[in-house]
Amino acid sequence: MELILALAIGILTSSGVWLLLRPRSYQVIVGLCLLAYGVNLFIFSMGRLYVGAAPIMPKGGFVDPTAYADPLPQALVLTAIVISFATTALFLVVMIAARGITGTDHVDGRERD
Amino acid sequence: MGAAPHHMIIAPILIPLVAGAIMLFYNDRNRQTKLVLGLVAVGLMFLSSTELMNDAKSLTDSDGSVVQLYRLGDWPVPVGIVLVLDRLSAMMVMLTALLAGPSLVYAAAGWHGKGQHYHSMFQFLLAGVNGAFLTGDLFNLFVFFEVMLAASYGLMLHGSGPERVKAGLHYIAVNLTASLFFLIGVALVYGTTGTLNMADIARTVARMDDAPRLLFHAAAGFLGMAFLIKAAIWPLCFWLPPTYSAASPPAAAIMAIMTKVGIYVILRLALLILGPEAGASAGFGAPVLMIGGILTMGFGMIGVLGTGELGRKGGYLAIISSGTVLTAVGFAQAGGGVELLGGALYYLVGSTAAISAFFLIAEPVTRDDSGDPAEPAPEGAVAVAERWEWTPMGLDTVEDTVDPASMRTVSWMTMAICFALIAAMLAGLPPLPGFIGKFAILRGAVSRNIALSGELPVMLWIYSAMLILSGLGALIALIRFGMRRFWAEQGPAPRILALEIAPVLALLAMILLLSVRADAVLNYTRATAMALLQPATYREAVLKDAARLDATPPQNLDPQAGQPLPEGAE
Repeated sequence: MELILALAIGILTSSGVWLLLRPRSYQVIVGLCLLAYGVNLFIFSMGRLYVGAAPIMPKGGFVDPTAYADPLPQALVLTAIVISFATTALFLVVMIAARGITGTDHVDGRERD
Repeated sequence: MGAAPHHMIIAPILIPLVAGAIMLFYNDRNRQTKLVLGLVAVGLMFLSSTELMNDAKSLTDSDGSVVQLYRLGDWPVPVGIVLVLDRLSAMMVMLTALLAGPSLVYAAAGWHGKGQHYHSMFQFLLAGVNGAFLTGDLFNLFVFFEVMLAASYGLMLHGSGPERVKAGLHYIAVNLTASLFFLIGVALVYGTTGTLNMADIARTVARMDDAPRLLFHAAAGFLGMAFLIKAAIWPLCFWLPPTYSAASPPAAAIMAIMTKVGIYVILRLALLILGPEAGASAGFGAPVLMIGGILTMGFGMIGVLGTGELGRKGGYLAIISSGTVLTAVGFAQAGGGVELLGGALYYLVGSTAAISAFFLIAEPVTRDDSGDPAEPAPEGAVAVAERWEWTPMGLDTVEDTVDPASMRTVSWMTMAICFALIAAMLAGLPPLPGFIGKFAILRGAVSRNIALSGELPVMLWIYSAMLILSGLGALIALIRFGMRRFWAEQGPAPRILALEIAPVLALLAMILLLSVRADAVLNYTRATAMALLQPATYREAVLKDAARLDATPPQNLDPQAGQPLPEGAE
């Protein structure tokens, strides 16, 4: 499982970085999305990996912390997802505006000569 | 902490947040209402910041604890999120309020009507900035950063137009990437230290093993990258000049504080977490700040000399100011002493105000028609305006026998004088705060090192030279522009509204006051520097309740208490 998760994060991040450096604004936004997915998985993995463990502990009584997943990274991921989703949506609007104003989808607003 | 919580600490975040939300209920055409609301909010923010500053001062004077805590939701310290007030955050919050007022008044001259929801976004930006200054939690800092950035995207694009949209596209892409770096850093910090409270991180780092320490350094690198992009250190500052010159002037003026948010976070984290008491991590990143900062100053100097556009010059001046303070932070982290850091903090306040004023003045003085951008000329007015337009060869102006000197209006002259003063301030000429700040930095560097070892390290020589050279570069660039624009140029002066002059005058008055009361301000910044260089005091003050938590293990871990694993765990 560690290997699969590490590979997933690595592939998402590297594709994201590659796309981010491309000249078309559509590629940039897809790159940012992939990068955000990679980062979200990474945050998730920083709470260590658990299989079948709930992140919420029951109230009162004896609680063995090792039987539960760390809830904090999950909360962080939730926040990060919401924020990156919102900012990506905003970026999309600006991207469409730029496409409309400049007439090209090159990130510099004009094609290279 | 039996006393009632000190609710004033959260006021600088809540006031703009609530004001911005209330504004959304009004139709966007009620700009005057929104403006009044905004000014009231900024006024209240200023009042609360003076109150906070008094608190921070009296705290240090009396019982020795340098910070005041506000526990959100009253959760105990390392678990819940805390707001932390100390001298540095009080100072930065006050600076934000002081810059916000003039910028808002300037926007009233017409810019706030060029797009939608200017005032709400402005208030949300202030809420984000104040939140970033006050929070004591790393992830909460990320959230406030995003609030600030989301509002700044809107402000940056305010007014629209191809230039702004193009620059905005780059700005947003760069900042989204920086935010992802920030997240990676936060995740790594949590993975290695198990906490997100800044003071708690500092405590954990001091006694960390070697293997996680390596990862922690990677985390510090990622976080540093995210903040240095914001603070515009040399290789990461390419986004700044186009963005700031494309943004509308009042937006650029308030965005001048945003680079300082990056610097603030670096200052806070570098000295708290990677300061002298961090064990093997002590001084991590200091060489990057020193060398990078000096290169940044050089880059800014070349930029300000090389570009002809005044807005871009402003961007490069912001870069010079960032470089100056970042280098000082690097030196302070490596043991540069209180005097140097205190001087740098004084310089930070003065130069931020000056850069804000510079962005406000840049648009009116480069305005090349006599029209007023606040009220777009009606359809028929274009032909009339063309008749009055000055033609470079003078062919059409034969009958125009007015003496050129009389064409200088009072407002134009005022602008010229303001421009000269701001230029002198940014170049670091006495008696303005730019000079006092740089002098304090140099004096701190020299006196401490001469006393310690009898000589000045090479790095400090280079820094001193760059301090003076960058000032000279700014002086040459700005005076050259000023002479060409204010003396050599013929033709009627552009019309400038009183609403555009007043904020510049207010900022200049602030700068002059900073010069007149330099003694008091320098004392304050020195005490701030002293507190920053003793991170243990801060750490213990934040964690004084946490120590109790550590001592008594959580009750329900007691195996006698009963049942084996609950079935719900599966």
